[in-house]
Amino acid sequence: MTKQVRQLDRVVIRFAGDSGDGMQLTGDRFTSETAQLGNDISTLPNFPAEIRAPAGTLPGVSSFQVHFADFDILTPGDAPHVLVAMNPAALKANLGDLPRGATIILNTDEFTNRNLAKVGYAANPLDDGSLDGYAVHPVALTSMTVKALDGQAISKKDAERAKNMFALGLLSWLYSRPHESTLAFLERKFAARPELVTANVTAFKAGWAFGETTEGFAVRYEVKPARQQPGNYRNITGNTALALGLVAAGVRSGLPVFLGAYPITPASDILHELSKHKKFGVTTMQAEDEIAAVGATLGASYGGALGVTSTSGPGVALKGETISLAVALELPLIVVDVQRAGPSTGMPTKTEQADLQMALFGRHGEAPVAVVAPRSPADCFDAAIEAARIALTYRTPVLLLSDGYLANGSEPWLLPDVTGLPDLRVEFASEPNSPDGFMPYLRDPATLARPWAIPGTPGLEHRIGGLEKADITGDISYDPTNHDFMVRTRAARIEAIQVPDLEVEDPDQTARVLVLGWGSTYGPIGAACRALRQRGLPIAQAHLRHLAPMPRNVDDVLRRYDRVVIPEMNLGQLAQVIRARYLVDAIAYNQVRGLPFTASELEFMLEELVKNA
Amino acid sequence: MPDAKNVERAVTTAPIALKLTAKDFKSDQEVRWCPGCGDYAILAAVQAFMPELGIPRERIVFVSGIGCSSRFPYYMDTYGMHSIHGRAPAIATGLSTTRPDLSVWVVTGDGDALSIGGNHLIHALRRNVNLKILLFNNRIYGLTKGQYSPTSELGKVTKSTPAGSADSPFNPISLALGAEATFVARTIDSDRKHLQSVLRAAAGHRGSAFVEIYQNCNIFNDGAFDALKEPATRDDFTIRLEHGNPITFGRNAEWCVIHPPGGFGLEVRRTAEVEPHEIVTHDRTVAEPAYAFALSRLPGEDLRHSPIGVFRAVDRPSYDDLVRGQVAAARARLTGSPEEELTKLLNSGDTWTIM
Ligand code: SF4
Repeated sequence: MTKQVRQLDRVVIRFAGDSGDGMQLTGDRFTSETAQLGNDISTLPNFPAEIRAPAGTLPGVSSFQVHFADFDILTPGDAPHVLVAMNPAALKANLGDLPRGATIILNTDEFTNRNLAKVGYAANPLDDGSLDGYAVHPVALTSMTVKALDGQAISKKDAERAKNMFALGLLSWLYSRPHESTLAFLERKFAARPELVTANVTAFKAGWAFGETTEGFAVRYEVKPARQQPGNYRNITGNTALALGLVAAGVRSGLPVFLGAYPITPASDILHELSKHKKFGVTTMQAEDEIAAVGATLGASYGGALGVTSTSGPGVALKGETISLAVALELPLIVVDVQRAGPSTGMPTKTEQADLQMALFGRHGEAPVAVVAPRSPADCFDAAIEAARIALTYRTPVLLLSDGYLANGSEPWLLPDVTGLPDLRVEFASEPNSPDGFMPYLRDPATLARPWAIPGTPGLEHRIGGLEKADITGDISYDPTNHDFMVRTRAARIEAIQVPDLEVEDPDQTARVLVLGWGSTYGPIGAACRALRQRGLPIAQAHLRHLAPMPRNVDDVLRRYDRVVIPEMNLGQLAQVIRARYLVDAIAYNQVRGLPFTASELEFMLEELVKNA
Repeated sequence: MPDAKNVERAVTTAPIALKLTAKDFKSDQEVRWCPGCGDYAILAAVQAFMPELGIPRERIVFVSGIGCSSRFPYYMDTYGMHSIHGRAPAIATGLSTTRPDLSVWVVTGDGDALSIGGNHLIHALRRNVNLKILLFNNRIYGLTKGQYSPTSELGKVTKSTPAGSADSPFNPISLALGAEATFVARTIDSDRKHLQSVLRAAAGHRGSAFVEIYQNCNIFNDGAFDALKEPATRDDFTIRLEHGNPITFGRNAEWCVIHPPGGFGLEVRRTAEVEPHEIVTHDRTVAEPAYAFALSRLPGEDLRHSPIGVFRAVDRPSYDDLVRGQVAAARARLTGSPEEELTKLLNSGDTWTIM
């Protein structure tokens, strides 16, 4: 039976089910198939807060959203066009995000009285008319999977578990995805248990065949490849990209990389990833606590390694004293903060940008550091290399501010040419730098960096520490004038860091409103600006990668526009800094829901501003 | 300047004929402890011992935390870092793990190591990182001017405890043994010969060597260890542990240590009242830490029966050796240049090509 094929320019699908239903894997595989096809993609997983919430309950719902299109997209999509709900809890937890008219594919086998009662459905939403506004496809996913696997030498439980592959097969057929990579993946994943390879492949093919033959789906869809820059691509999450950026920084600097870390959501994957890359000379240490993690890292930096510690906000708070020590010692140190919703434990699996002012100011004494923030999952790779460049060149701690949205979200990544990556080689001090011997605080006049004289270098034996040091000699000093000078010098050191100018996207040069952002809001802000421009409303967008020091042209850029608006997932932390520093009446637009902005809400807010500007 | 591309190239590893003396280890900084402080004696003993190590000065690093004792690195003409309160073991762990060519020493005090830095100390010991940890125990907070410390005796009257302290002290040796430290020793600031013999043993140990040094703070806790120093009491109060010898003490060896049948621990008896075979022969290599722990429990509140010397010295793989072994094994599998391998790594997984 040949079915009608309809062309779409973009689709947002959300796979939702119980934690045990394998929704992350299903979403991942769909994403991979979609990437192979050449669509542009952006994904966002949503994990339950509990590790093993009771099956079938609302807290146990896990979902994965994928947005794919025949054009360049910037976000995982605001509202899903399609919801795959593996049980009543998944339907209930996600229905609110669905616009009327959206497609819902339901696993009817799970819509039992008991499961409905568990999530507080008094009546079955399949029968009570509450889903009338949607295109509902009831599919008996579990029982059809079990039937398809009839006669195979596997347990009933394993057969039922293959239902996610049945669903994936169905969706792959529906959106005309290539399936070779999924079949190859299943071979790899279950290599040790061939019976599960057969079962999952059978389930996938059964789902595909079901789509082809059932009356229920009359139309099949296609999304043409996006026009993308030629090259090799892979799909990548922010945490993986960041870890690979650190490996690359090690290779390009010729230094061993040392990562000290304590497990913390959502940063642990950086530790996991780096621990796989020992052959690049990467040492990872799971320390006894956050303080030890940064301490060991600083010790490694002192010894000449590229020292990195990765954590989330609560960990940065604990590391504060050691970061201040690194400021005083003037040694390279990268502190990765994968921000999550706070205060305190807050919502560990949810995203936020509320650590900006802690990164900038959150230490005792005047303790300035450099602050860098990536804007998208793939950009975490470049941002990590940039953090390493600053740390190594200027011998300073660098705070690298990622967040939960970037960490777990993914997008296609145009693989870089390794030899084109920045050259990060450093020169250790090797001989006395003055006629009076070695002066540990005699600075390079261009970078204001002091020599990096690592233990083991003959003739440069010296002592450093947290006590205030005399300029040049580094001896302990309580002299008032010296302290004033050293405090100002440490501030000047950060301001002396060379960073690229802030770029402004203002295609027609007619905009009067500028949207300024930083970090992971780049996607939704960019998508909102594009939508406005398509509707003939001019708007300018600029995005800060360097929060400290700020690019030299920021003042200029801000003054070119009548209004400056700063959307942030906090209560206005960048806005406050911009207002204080540049005396610009910037408007703060804020949201702290643990979720990224949607492009449409920003579009709505910006439209008002543009019209009234 | 030569192109110092990486650590290995920056650091000279060629053997050097060493003719070092104590003077070579004295830095140009004026020593700033209170006159009469036990720290002076320890500094002099360490400086005089250092040449014995046969290690060039540039490969020796002293890392300290905060407190009177933590000023120590400033006075040693080696590499040194005066870090922050309690964190020296953590910092030194990172250094030792990445730099096997260095001899890394931690200098700490009772507040630094056992109060604010307790967690780092026990974890360094359990990991058995290649570190020599010298804990100067004066049973008081000196730098902050006289509050009680985690080794002060119960009921100690200080500025912060005018009615006497209400918390029981740590026994640092017991604590280290509880963390299964592989080398545990105690010595006394005023006994230079003994101090140096313990340093010698510690320096020869692969892994973490924990050395508690009883140190007199003559300003805030003067005479804390006098019972072990005064001619009238020292022989009856101090048990000098010597590997392979029966544990006897007292001017005429009139006291001894036995393991009473049926009991858990060790006890002190009159030598004349026991059979010679009942006297415990000190063996610092006993694998089970319970033996050394029992030794550490002998002293009473008045320090009577305080063992000094090496309680325990056993072999166990060190953390940093194991970690470097893993990295080295992985590096040995490297087939291409780092750039080629990185290209392979970036291009791994599901990739696709856009023409
Ligand atoms: S306060 Fe006590 S420990 Fe500190 S330097 Fe003075 S005597 Fe020594």
